[in-house]
Amino acid sequence: MAKIEIRDLTKIFGPAPEKALNMVREGKPKDEIYKRTRHAVGVNRATFDVDEGEVVVVMGLSGSGKSTLVRCLNRLIEPTDGTVRIDGTDVTTLSVKDLRALRQRTFGMVFQNFALFPHRTVLENAEYGLEVMGSPKAARREKAAQALARVGLAGWEAARPGQLSGGMQQRVGLARALALDPDILLMDEAFSALDPLIRRDMQDELLRLQDDVRKTIVFISHDLDEALKIGDRIVLMRDGAVVQVGTPEDILTSPADDYVARFVADVDIARVLTAGTVMKRSEAVAVLGVDGPRTALRKMRNHAIATLFVLDRNHKLVGLVTADDIAEHMAGGERDLAAIMRTDITTVSTEAPASELIPLMAGLPHPLAVTDERGRLAGVIVRGLLLGALAERGGNA
Amino acid sequence: MEVTNMTALTNMLGMPGAFPRIPLGQWLEAAIDFLVTHLAPATRAFSAVTESGLNLLEAGLDALPPLLVIAFVGLAAWRVTRKRGLGAFAVAGLALVWNMGLWQATMSTLALVLVATLLAVLVGIPLGIATAMSDRARSVVMPVLDVMQTMPAFVYLIPAIPFFGLGKVAAVFATVIFAMPPAIRFTCLGIRQVPAELVECAEAFGTGRFQRLVKLELPLAAPTMLAGVNQTVMLALSMVVIAAMIGARGLGGEVWKAIQRLEMGNGFEAGIGIVIVAICLDRILQHVGKRVGG
Repeated sequence: MAKIEIRDLTKIFGPAPEKALNMVREGKPKDEIYKRTRHAVGVNRATFDVDEGEVVVVMGLSGSGKSTLVRCLNRLIEPTDGTVRIDGTDVTTLSVKDLRALRQRTFGMVFQNFALFPHRTVLENAEYGLEVMGSPKAARREKAAQALARVGLAGWEAARPGQLSGGMQQRVGLARALALDPDILLMDEAFSALDPLIRRDMQDELLRLQDDVRKTIVFISHDLDEALKIGDRIVLMRDGAVVQVGTPEDILTSPADDYVARFVADVDIARVLTAGTVMKRSEAVAVLGVDGPRTALRKMRNHAIATLFVLDRNHKLVGLVTADDIAEHMAGGERDLAAIMRTDITTVSTEAPASELIPLMAGLPHPLAVTDERGRLAGVIVRGLLLGALAERGGNA
Repeated sequence: MEVTNMTALTNMLGMPGAFPRIPLGQWLEAAIDFLVTHLAPATRAFSAVTESGLNLLEAGLDALPPLLVIAFVGLAAWRVTRKRGLGAFAVAGLALVWNMGLWQATMSTLALVLVATLLAVLVGIPLGIATAMSDRARSVVMPVLDVMQTMPAFVYLIPAIPFFGLGKVAAVFATVIFAMPPAIRFTCLGIRQVPAELVECAEAFGTGRFQRLVKLELPLAAPTMLAGVNQTVMLALSMVVIAAMIGARGLGGEVWKAIQRLEMGNGFEAGIGIVIVAICLDRILQHVGKRVGG
């Protein structure tokens, strides 16, 4: 069961939404519904799941209904139709009291313009959620101080929000949400009001935090670069409807329609693709102590390649042999690959962006080895593969 | 047909006798009479409490040595506003009042203003909160306030007498009615102008309605509410002077006496005393409001 299950979620703004709702069900476009009923469709039958511990970025232009959608999850905006289940419980039918308890315990929310309370200190802001829940003062102060330390604001407890920069204010906003230790973080354009450098810092900070805390995060953004960077999956919205749900890769490589394609057209493909996504599995390798020069040569001939990476018995990459080197040494009677292989090879990690690979590949006579964090061979990149990947994605976009 | 219609119309407009006079005044009088009779126990209790409180306060203020009061007000004006000039003005002004032999009258006026303000605030702030929280309460209270504020102040003096008789309590009553609207309006305004995004944020964290009021709205509305209280004090001060006509003594009483005897000098002296008290109260309260806001 998914952490959050959203089914046919619909929001229509106006006093008598029934007629508009029927038109929504018939699949009438938003403009026509507005013309005929004077009711605006905010969210149009949105359906998707969010898994536990996952970062889902809901993305769309302004007016696409993404902020309305996220507010329907905790009913800051009352949905007109459809259901939202959190851990299997339908939020849309909760009583006022249960809803309040759910908001206190399950959700932490971070707002675009921070929404810090100006009459409270940084610490008092951070402890707000716990205070509302009625947790005892000493305990909530401690948790709030921990949350502030976690976002790098230790020592600022006594300051007022007005004394802080925008980036620091949003850290307070984040700490206020984290202090509750909620299951779900709702982040409504949380970094959009920050200038680009600070925004990037905050994105990194969030990813770092997420490694620690593993929250289920629904993040609203209109910025595709941001979505690609922090999203495990992306939900693309237009005119209140969900257009595509998928991993950043899916969205880039197979846009569901022209709208998505136009959205991703501006993305710098080389920056988004990483060595890990471009590489292919190595077809053949030589293993030290198992394969001798003769076996290595046969493997190369079988796969029609001129070089072979050499691994130790733990699959750690130790070197590379070329067919020419082997031929030379075999003439001299050498039987050990270790004596033949070259060890001065260039490797990259799976995380390396494709833009960094291009200069590395230039002038490299053999494939580029991609290694994981433990130095094992994860795959190889040959020049044609990299260019092909770039061209293919570029052409689609 | 048309001609007869026209005649009927001109009859109605031209001859008041054709359309009976609406006895609005009589109705209101009857209503007030009814209230006077049926609210007698309540008004008597109010009268007793207010009168004894007022007398106590007046006696207390009167018992303080004038020099001490002058020094204290001067110091307070200086410390609160951080303006030495205002401290000096307060000392010089109050000394002048004392010198003119108006000290007792000033203390009496001050006691009336304090009691009336206290009552106006005690009723006005809860009413203001109610109007902020409920649109229905607002739609009832706001028109009443409009009437209260445009009605000439003197008119309040008349019903005050049947309820409380001539004297200080009637004066306090009329003053409370006259001075309360700003306390209500500013409280309502202060709460309603709390930014929507902060209210939304409070909601998102599961804040209850009462918690929202106490933790968010009242603290943020406090500076505006204090501005309202300041207005209430100023209105109370001006009404207390008018209320001299129904037996409130004090500085207003001095002015009223001077009017009746056409004593220009005495009239202006008392008037200047009122101005001095007003300036001291207003400036000090304004800065208290700013402090809370900062």
